[in-house]
Amino acid sequence: MAGLIRNAQLSEDSWRLLDAGAFLRVGESGLIPDFPPGADVLVPLRLWQCRRDELLQREGRVGVLVDGADEPQALADALPHAALIAIRIPVFTDGRAYSLARLLRSRFGYAGELRAVGDVLRDQLLYLQRCGFDAFALRADQDARRALAAFTELGAAVRRPYAWARAA
Amino acid sequence: MYVYDAIDQRLVEERVSQFRDQTRRYLAGELTDDEFRPLRLQNGLYVERHAPMLRVAIPYGLLASRQLRQLAHIARAYDRGYGHFSTRQNIQFNWPRLEDAPEILGELAGVQMHAIQTSGSCIRNVTTDHFAGVAPDEIVDSFLWCELVRQWSACNPEFAYLPRKFKIAVNGAAADRAATYVHDIGLQALRGLDGAAGFRVIVGGGMGRTPVIGEAIREFLPWRHLLTYLEAILRVYNRHGRRDNKYKARIKILLKAIGPAAFRDRVEAEWACLRDGPGTLNEDDVQRIDARFARPQYEALQDLRLPAAGAFGAWQRRNVHPHKQPGYAAVTLSLKKTGVPPGDVTAEQMDALADLAERYSFGELRVSHEQNLIFADVRQADLHALWLRLRALGFATPNIGLLTNIIACPGGDYCSLANAKSIPVAEAIQRRFDALDDLHDIGELDLNISGCINSCGHHHVGHIGILGVDKQGAEWYQVTIGGNQGLTRPGAPAALGEVIGPAFARDDVPDVIERLIEIYLAARESEHERFVDTVWRVGIEPFKEGVYGRAHQERATERRQLAAA
Ligand code: SF4
Repeated sequence: MAGLIRNAQLSEDSWRLLDAGAFLRVGESGLIPDFPPGADVLVPLRLWQCRRDELLQREGRVGVLVDGADEPQALADALPHAALIAIRIPVFTDGRAYSLARLLRSRFGYAGELRAVGDVLRDQLLYLQRCGFDAFALRADQDARRALAAFTELGAAVRRPYAWARAA
Repeated sequence: MYVYDAIDQRLVEERVSQFRDQTRRYLAGELTDDEFRPLRLQNGLYVERHAPMLRVAIPYGLLASRQLRQLAHIARAYDRGYGHFSTRQNIQFNWPRLEDAPEILGELAGVQMHAIQTSGSCIRNVTTDHFAGVAPDEIVDSFLWCELVRQWSACNPEFAYLPRKFKIAVNGAAADRAATYVHDIGLQALRGLDGAAGFRVIVGGGMGRTPVIGEAIREFLPWRHLLTYLEAILRVYNRHGRRDNKYKARIKILLKAIGPAAFRDRVEAEWACLRDGPGTLNEDDVQRIDARFARPQYEALQDLRLPAAGAFGAWQRRNVHPHKQPGYAAVTLSLKKTGVPPGDVTAEQMDALADLAERYSFGELRVSHEQNLIFADVRQADLHALWLRLRALGFATPNIGLLTNIIACPGGDYCSLANAKSIPVAEAIQRRFDALDDLHDIGELDLNISGCINSCGHHHVGHIGILGVDKQGAEWYQVTIGGNQGLTRPGAPAALGEVIGPAFARDDVPDVIERLIEIYLAARESEHERFVDTVWRVGIEPFKEGVYGRAHQERATERRQLAAA
């Protein structure tokens, strides 16, 4: 498993990602499969939208996986229930996740875990964190331990003495 | 000059350490080319034809003499003894080694300079009017607002991976000398009914492959809201700009795709949530930043009447500009002497200019987007002495505003993207028109040359624009006329040039320019009608016919017959 960083520390991952296809199709039993009981499950936004009530009734925490390109309104109803929002970054130069994170934190008041997943590399961690991400599932080839140094860079950028600068 | 506070200083130093580590990891093979690319670009480093090119920011064009001396030192120690001033108020070094880049950035940080975001898909160095703070037609001192935009945009975590590059220009005077209509965002200062400052917000202008004149999406934005409004625009662009095709990724394409009205609605909706929020500027903060500008202490002087005859008179008419302070003047140092690539300055010249700036202009100078240098605060009584010194250094060519003040990108001699060379073309044109008396007859004319459609030489807004194009591997040049960079005088708004016809071989370009000038001289109504005014009045047809002659007319007739058939 690739390294997970949470709150600027190495961390274990308890979340299991469910494949939307598998849980939206009728299986061999002739039924739509039940969700695994108890576990922390991370579900794609589409799966959340289709099976919201069941996800809410089951035991265990639920998280929602979205794309940087998704509209924050589309997941607004998940925010009060989700213990994790994971934003997928298709390629590290795609900056949409940064704005989406900002919106979820500042405008939608989301306070739970906000995790970057996908093409997540050491040299983007700092700015992602400053936009509101507090967890990072690094790309498989990244050295999570050494990546922690990223959070100590450019400290001055967030210490400007002006009111407008504290808004960022 | 803005003087860094402790936080500004720490930030540039921390940025150097960060990039030093990134470069080390790249050289050790821990970062791939693709992973390193945006990191080096956002620290000013391109990989060019010969070597990396380092682009250093000169924020809003303002430079202190000790900074210029440091640039001279860098040119000597890490380059081949010269630098190139670009059209975006940057200086570029064409020969540094990648391994040396962190060291160079460290030397820059030592004099309160940096290369942060001078390249890459991010908010670039903010540019402004080179007469800011001294122009008689000043509305606000744009340096203050530029500095705010610099602080807000530098290392702004949300906008480091935009769909494409993003350029902001601020103009603080009545005449638009900052080309605000051809930037991603142009901010034109205004005064509200109560006298308080604000800005017209112009979005989506630009040059390049798809040249567009920007749209004003807000007629008056009170100064308090400057940063929240910028944030709203950038957020809409970051979220909705196209990322699948780099030629369609600029904000101007988004504006075109959804229409200016819909774009404005999105920005206003986003801004409604930010307005009066924590990003709003307050008087105290703005004053604290304003107080960090060391401004010239002017003496109480009277305006002088200086001799208007001879070479000194000619230089005054072209290169000396009015100043809002009696007894002072602003002086343009022409970097467009024939035979010297436009914008190039040697290390020795930089040192000499730093000395002159200290002696004659409070130790400051400015870089203009026309690739010239400005001494903004010269006592009129010193003009003659300064002129003699500048003449000895080769910076007193009296051609500001004239045809030989050519704006040209580095082109095929240096730039790996070029289709064609631009410097030899500039030189050939300068040689053709070198008889200065002829020039004065021709009057004001902006001539711009770009080596490819990326338009670094701003050819779209040249009264005459020349663009290098590739025809089966050979270098050809397309000519446009009728462009204009801004509201340089009433009734002359920003405009894009029109192509006059098929491209020319390099050797033919001076003849073509000469032909255009002849047609203009014959057609103009008076000496006060500039080349571009004539083009606008009579249209491009007479110029086309004059240049392409009968062959052109015959082709046109043929086309008409075909169309009618
Ligand atoms: S216009 Fe083209 S050739 Fe000229 S500097 Fe820009 S990219 Fe290079």
